[in-house]
Amino acid sequence: MTFWLLLTVNSVTFGGLLFLLSAGFSLIFGLMRIPNLTHGSMFMVGAYLGSTFLGGALGFTLDFWAAAIISALEVAVLGALMERLLLRRLAGQQLAQVLVTLGVSFMVADLCLMGWGGDPISVSTPAGLGGFVRVGLAVFPLYRMAVIGIAVVFAIALWLMLERTRLGAMIRAGVDDPQMARVVGIRVSRLFTIVFGLGAGLAGFAGMIGAPILSVYPGLDQDMLPLALVVVILGGTGSLLGSFLGSIVVGFIYNFGQALLPELAYFVLFLPMVLVLVLRPQGLFGGRLL
Amino acid sequence: MSRRVSRRTLLTGTAAGAAVALTRFPAPAVAQAVPFKLGLLTVKTGPLAAGGILMEQGVLTYLKEKNYTLGGRKVDFISADTGGNPAGAKTKAQELVERDGVDVILGPLAAFELYAISEYVIEKKMPTLSLAAADNLTQRTPNPYLLRASATSSQATQPLGHYAATELKLKRVVTISEDFAFGHEQMGGFQASFQKDGGCVVNKLWPPLVTPDYTPYIAQIVACDAVCQGFAGSNPLRFMKQYATAGLKYPVIAGEAGADDFLLKSFGEEALGLVSAAPYTLDLESDANHRFVDGMLKNYDAIPGQYAALLYCNCQVLDAGLQTVGGDARDREKLMAALKLVTLTDTPRGPIKFDHLNNVIGTIYIRRVVKEGAKYGLKLWNKTIHTYENVSQFWTWPEKEFLAHPVYSRDYPPLTKC
Repeated sequence: MTFWLLLTVNSVTFGGLLFLLSAGFSLIFGLMRIPNLTHGSMFMVGAYLGSTFLGGALGFTLDFWAAAIISALEVAVLGALMERLLLRRLAGQQLAQVLVTLGVSFMVADLCLMGWGGDPISVSTPAGLGGFVRVGLAVFPLYRMAVIGIAVVFAIALWLMLERTRLGAMIRAGVDDPQMARVVGIRVSRLFTIVFGLGAGLAGFAGMIGAPILSVYPGLDQDMLPLALVVVILGGTGSLLGSFLGSIVVGFIYNFGQALLPELAYFVLFLPMVLVLVLRPQGLFGGRLL
Repeated sequence: MSRRVSRRTLLTGTAAGAAVALTRFPAPAVAQAVPFKLGLLTVKTGPLAAGGILMEQGVLTYLKEKNYTLGGRKVDFISADTGGNPAGAKTKAQELVERDGVDVILGPLAAFELYAISEYVIEKKMPTLSLAAADNLTQRTPNPYLLRASATSSQATQPLGHYAATELKLKRVVTISEDFAFGHEQMGGFQASFQKDGGCVVNKLWPPLVTPDYTPYIAQIVACDAVCQGFAGSNPLRFMKQYATAGLKYPVIAGEAGADDFLLKSFGEEALGLVSAAPYTLDLESDANHRFVDGMLKNYDAIPGQYAALLYCNCQVLDAGLQTVGGDARDREKLMAALKLVTLTDTPRGPIKFDHLNNVIGTIYIRRVVKEGAKYGLKLWNKTIHTYENVSQFWTWPEKEFLAHPVYSRDYPPLTKC
């Protein structure tokens, strides 16, 4: 019984973290058709920057949440710069984009190694969320519960942004038909920068939120990127609901798959991905932005 | 011109070597025109880089201490980054041997890298002083050009099994380690000796090397009185944390990489009480260890663990071996023979010597993570609570009996009802 409860709780919390990671990836792909392979790097850079602020860089120490927000903003700026300076020149050339983003991800990984060294950094859970609550046999780690809350808040905020704001309307128009959007006077190129920055910032934020669970170490980027890809392929690209449900589904597959079929640990995640690609290439919930 | 010089040096070298062999005195510094070329295969990029960088720092700390001379010869040090994969290791080994013309290779780091270059170093007769722990290369398929001053994968976990059964009085243990050779061999060694001394391994869990969240595996840990983890790299950090978060209370014991001293600054309270077995320990009070740790702190401001320490030991072995042959590394057979006979009493890991299959015989330290006595600004400390001296790769089994078994693997020893 404990076994099932622990796994269920963990599936949902892991799904929450995956949503924070993959929402940005999905938005970027949906609007710009760029398979952004630096997404894992953004996650890792966010975690490194956040843990540095937490440890007192530049003479002042931030608390966990402030560190997460500031590192997210910094990563967003990095992302916007990258879109403006590199990817804009490669508009429409997917192979070139894949290669450039892959190359940048290697460079970022080595720059992080130079800057922060190879030692893993352990980030402690924010004050007040360190323990867990026991209900009967079940254990609910407080921080992981908070991650679910954060994911839900972000999901709602993103949904409101896309559904209820002018910016959201422009993004949706850009996703549906970029040429027509240009014709009616929407500056799609500026939208691209904003969305890329937003996506990168979300990944950076997720990195810091994930840090107390995953810790920060060289190679974190390459560990997380495939998970984002699986979520987006399962959920469908460019779909917020798809990312959310995809994340939860992947959370469950990951947890129960590894626990119940440990012999199949390597492809328990990738088999569903292959099946979806073959049978329903637009993803389980693909085709719609919301 | 250079030919004539090298012929003369050959004569000097041989004469000095003969003199040493006769008188058994340390060789005088033989002035040789060509520096001794020392190659290091390490990993400086990617996920294994933390250990790889420490390896290089360990070598450089020794070279700096000796003013870049080994066995009386000036050293040219060439470091190559394999990227931490077998193909890279092979390419870089060829580069070191064929382009740079090195005399000896140190490294590589990982078992699969060593397997990848094993045939090649035999073909090139290249003395290789490795860190990698692939058991079989000094057991059932020995490589005559390989010398291992570190340890086999199972060399530390076999004593750990004994300690767990006899001192910690554990009965039922679940093992968990990465699903690759180093993990299999470590846990196999633990299981074999733990069960020999009356314990029982009730389940073996093998998460893939890359597992962001161990909770699905932690959920399977039930009905035992301790957990033995054999994680490497930065994985122990994440495992210990997620283990504590899941609310489990069984004590944890670990292999050599599972509580490496270089992780101490990153571990939190969740690591308190972790018992581990390792061929090197930061808290060893010996001259060589003080010299080594002080050098690492001075040169790199780094608190070392076994990656750096074992490479430092490799350099000591090489230094002593070269001394015996008077600094002449051209006769590879002679150099290998001299290296095998090296016995050292003062190394950062204590006294070492080699068995006839070129693997080290040395002390294994059982440590416990505590708060008291922490040095170098650390909050946690691996305190040695027991030592096993002169531990060979065969533990207490007779060599013949040991080698008759298959190499430790995922399924050997098998899980039995007990």
